[in-house]
Amino acid sequence: MKELSPASRARYFRRQLLDRVMSGLCMAAAGVGLVLLGLILWMLFSNGIGGLKLSVFTNSMAQPGADGGLANAIVGSLIQVGLGAMIGAPLGMMVGVYLSEVGKESKFASVVRFVNDILLSAPSVLIGLFVYQIAVAPMGGFSGFAGALSLALIAMPIVARTTEDILRLVPQAYRDGAVALGSRENEVVRKVVLPAAFSGILTGVLLAVARIAGETAPLLFTSLGNTNWSTDLTQPMASLPIAIYRYAGSPYPEWVSLAWTGAMLITVGVLVLNILSRFSHAAVAGKSQG
Amino acid sequence: MTTPAAHRPLIGARRMHLGDTTFRISLFAAGAVVIIVLFSILAIMFAGGKLAFDTFGLGFVTGTEWNPVTQIYGALPAITGTLLTAILALMIAWPIGFGIAFFLTETCPVKLRGPLGVAVELLAAIPSIVYGMWGFFVLAPFMAEYVQPWLTSTFIWIPPIPDAFYWFTAPPIGVGLITASLILAIMILPFIAATTRDVLLSTPQLLKDGAYAMGATRWESLTGVVIPAVRGSLFGAVFLGLGRALGETMAVVFVIGNAIRMPDSLMAPSATIASVVANSFPEAEPGTLDLAVLLGLGFILFVVSFGVLAIARLLLRQERMS
Repeated sequence: MKELSPASRARYFRRQLLDRVMSGLCMAAAGVGLVLLGLILWMLFSNGIGGLKLSVFTNSMAQPGADGGLANAIVGSLIQVGLGAMIGAPLGMMVGVYLSEVGKESKFASVVRFVNDILLSAPSVLIGLFVYQIAVAPMGGFSGFAGALSLALIAMPIVARTTEDILRLVPQAYRDGAVALGSRENEVVRKVVLPAAFSGILTGVLLAVARIAGETAPLLFTSLGNTNWSTDLTQPMASLPIAIYRYAGSPYPEWVSLAWTGAMLITVGVLVLNILSRFSHAAVAGKSQG
Repeated sequence: MTTPAAHRPLIGARRMHLGDTTFRISLFAAGAVVIIVLFSILAIMFAGGKLAFDTFGLGFVTGTEWNPVTQIYGALPAITGTLLTAILALMIAWPIGFGIAFFLTETCPVKLRGPLGVAVELLAAIPSIVYGMWGFFVLAPFMAEYVQPWLTSTFIWIPPIPDAFYWFTAPPIGVGLITASLILAIMILPFIAATTRDVLLSTPQLLKDGAYAMGATRWESLTGVVIPAVRGSLFGAVFLGLGRALGETMAVVFVIGNAIRMPDSLMAPSATIASVVANSFPEAEPGTLDLAVLLGLGFILFVVSFGVLAIARLLLRQERMS
C-alpha cells in the first residue's frame, strides 16, 4: 500500500471534516425542527387537556362563567366539513379521472393540471373572499352553506391531485384486459380502474377532510361563526376554528382555556385522519405490488 | 340489420355511445370547473376591487398611508409586511428544512427514516391556527422577555437608515415582524422539509452511487451530483414554501401586531395583506370603498401568489419530465 503524501492526506482530512461538520449541522437542524414542533404539540396538550370536560361536548358556547362548551362549534364544523367534502370530493375525483384516463397529455388536460396545482396552494383567505362575493353578498347573509362551499373549493384540488396520482399507479394491463373483454371506456373506468384504486382515492379524501377541518380564514368570510346552537344551513354557523380564533383573543381565562381545548381537539382529529389515510394508502400500495 | 358483435368498433373508433359520451362530457366539464374557478377568483377580485383601483390609481399600490377615517388607503405597508415576513421566514426555514431533508435521505439511520419522515409529514398537517395560537401565548411573550432585548443589544452596531429603519432597535413588545416571521418559519418548516426530501429522493440512485464510487463523501455527492441534478426542483420547493408563507393568514394574524403603517424596524408591529383582509373585513360593509379596498388587496395577493406558485410548478414539472 502506497503511503499518501502529506498534502493529499491533509486534503483527505479536510474533505472528511467538511463532510462530518455539514452532516452534523444537518442532524442538528433535524433536532432543532423536531424539538420546536414537539414543543408546540406539548404546549397544546398541556394547555388543552385541563379544559377537557364533558361539558365541552354537551354545552354550546356561552358567556364567561356560564359553563359554556363547544358543542355547537363541533357540530357546525362537522356539518360544514361534511358538506364541503360531499361537494368537493366527487368533483375532485372527476377531475382526477379526467386527467388520468381521458385528458392525459392533451393541451387542455395540461392546463387543467397546472391550474389545479395552483389552486392547491392558493391562499385560503382569498377563497373565503371569493365565496363571500359570489354567495354571501348576493344571498344576503353569512351562511353555513357558504362555509361548506368555500371548504369544497379547497378540498377539490387536493382530491383531484391524489386521485390522478393514484390512478396512474393502476397497471395499464388492467385497462387493456377490460378493453379486450369488450368493455366500453366508461365501463373500464367505473368497473376496473376505480375499484382497483379505491383505497388510494379514499386516502386523498381523508387528507382533504383533514385539511379543511382546520381551515379558519375562509370561514371568517362565509359562515362567520355563531355563538348559539344552529344547524340551519342558511344561517351563520359556528365552527371549531372560528370559535378558537374568537376565544383565543378574548380576555377571559375560561374562554382561552376552551380555545386551547378546541385547538387540541382539532389537532388530534387532523392527525388521526392523516394516520388513517396512511393505512389506506399502505393497503393500496401493497396490493399493486402483490 | 345489427352489426355482429365481432365488428363492433373498439375504443378509439369514434362511434357515438350514450354512456361514453356522457362520461366524457361530464369529466371534461369537471376539468373545466377547475379553470373556471381560478379565473372567476381573479375576475371577482378585480371587479370588486375596481373602485379602489379607480379611486387611488397606482397610488393604491405605492401609497403608504392607511386611514379608514379619511378613507385614504395605500397598500404599500401591507405589501411590505407580506414580502418581509415571507422572505424572512423562508431565510430561517429553508436552511433548517434542507438540513432535515438531507439528514432524512442520507445520514439518518435507515430504521429511523420512515418514522421521522412520517412525523415531518404529520407536522405539516397541523392547522395554521394552532401555530398562531402558540405564537400568541408562548412565542410572543418569550420574544419580548428574552430574545428581543438580546437582539437589540447585540445588533446595536448596525447603522440605521435615519428616520426610516432601525433594524433591531425598538421596544420589545413581543408581537411584530420578527415574531410573525418566526411563526411562519416554524409553520412552513415541515412543509419545506417534506418537499425537499421528495426532491432529493427523486435523484437517480445511480448518480449517487457513481459519486461514491469515485470516493466522494456524502456532502460532496450532495453538492457535486445531487444538487446539480435537481436544482430546478429544489428552487421549486422553495417557491412553493414562499407561496404558502405569502398567503398565510391565521398563523400571522395573532402575532403581527396589526399596525398598518410602514415598519420602522424588524421588531415593529406590522400587517400583511392576508392579516389586513381578515382583520378589517368585519368593518367593511358591502358596496363601500372599505370592502373594495380589501378585494383590491386580495387581487394583488392573488396575482403575486399566482406568479410564485406558477414558477414553483414550472420548476418542479421540468424535473418530472426529464
